[in-house]
Amino acid sequence: MRWIWIDRFEEFEPGKRARAVRNLSHAEDHFAEHFPGWPVMPASLMIEGLAQTGGILVGEANDFREKVVLAKVVRATFTREMMPGETLYYDVELLHMAPEGASVAGKVSSGTEQVGEAEIFFAHLDQSRSKQMFGDHNFVFSGQLKHMLDMARKVVKPAENATPGA
Amino acid sequence: MPTQEEIFKKVSATLVEALNVDEDEISPSSTLNGDLGAESIDFLDIVFRLEREFGIKIPRNELFPEAIFQGDADFVKDGKVTEKGLSELREKMPFADLSSFEKNPQATDLSELFTVDLIARYIAGKLQAK
Repeated sequence: MRWIWIDRFEEFEPGKRARAVRNLSHAEDHFAEHFPGWPVMPASLMIEGLAQTGGILVGEANDFREKVVLAKVVRATFTREMMPGETLYYDVELLHMAPEGASVAGKVSSGTEQVGEAEIFFAHLDQSRSKQMFGDHNFVFSGQLKHMLDMARKVVKPAENATPGA
Repeated sequence: MPTQEEIFKKVSATLVEALNVDEDEISPSSTLNGDLGAESIDFLDIVFRLEREFGIKIPRNELFPEAIFQGDADFVKDGKVTEKGLSELREKMPFADLSSFEKNPQATDLSELFTVDLIARYIAGKLQAK
């Protein structure tokens, strides 16, 4: 199973904010069980989507040198159930960045309607635990997650090049 | 310079957010770990919030020192903090109230020094120095 819960980045301002999009498809396995006959996107997976959006924002700010791990979901609220066919947007804003970790504020929207929000705290693993334990290889940003950002660079045009009204 | 009570109120509000506790659970003598259930990552979260709330910089290991007795084997003997260990505490944490800890300085009780009042006194010192 691919543990990627965002489809692509739509906006990315390094060290500040990011927006990722996630389309919900009925073909996703978890909808069969959650729940039979009433497919609802699990809130935990939306938090994961926010955490991946925020984790890449935090990781990029240090050139992916740190192993960024989700340490704490300070709070999370959702106002309604999300169903297949909806397009979710994960907007995150960097609240705080320090050598030991970072925190972000996240919002989930379906189209233009806000349907959830969460505050997420990330730890830099080597700064909070011994480096010997985890080694030099950055397993957090080794594959798919970092690739998301490379993909975003190809897809998203820098804002300054955008043509008004285009 | 805010009053001690204003500082305490702001510190309480910070802890309500970081630890998801009710404000009426918080008193100056509440211990962060024992009474309010703070775990390791919460201490970093609290530091971040205090920095934002009070507009100060809290250097690593200043408010919540990690492994304070790691540098010297003479700091703790038979589970008790020695006189040398106590003076290390006084130097590293001048904002801590050691008066009751000193009477029976069990190393395992160190976490009880970390109270809401300790944070408030640390913040007051920081704001004064600003």
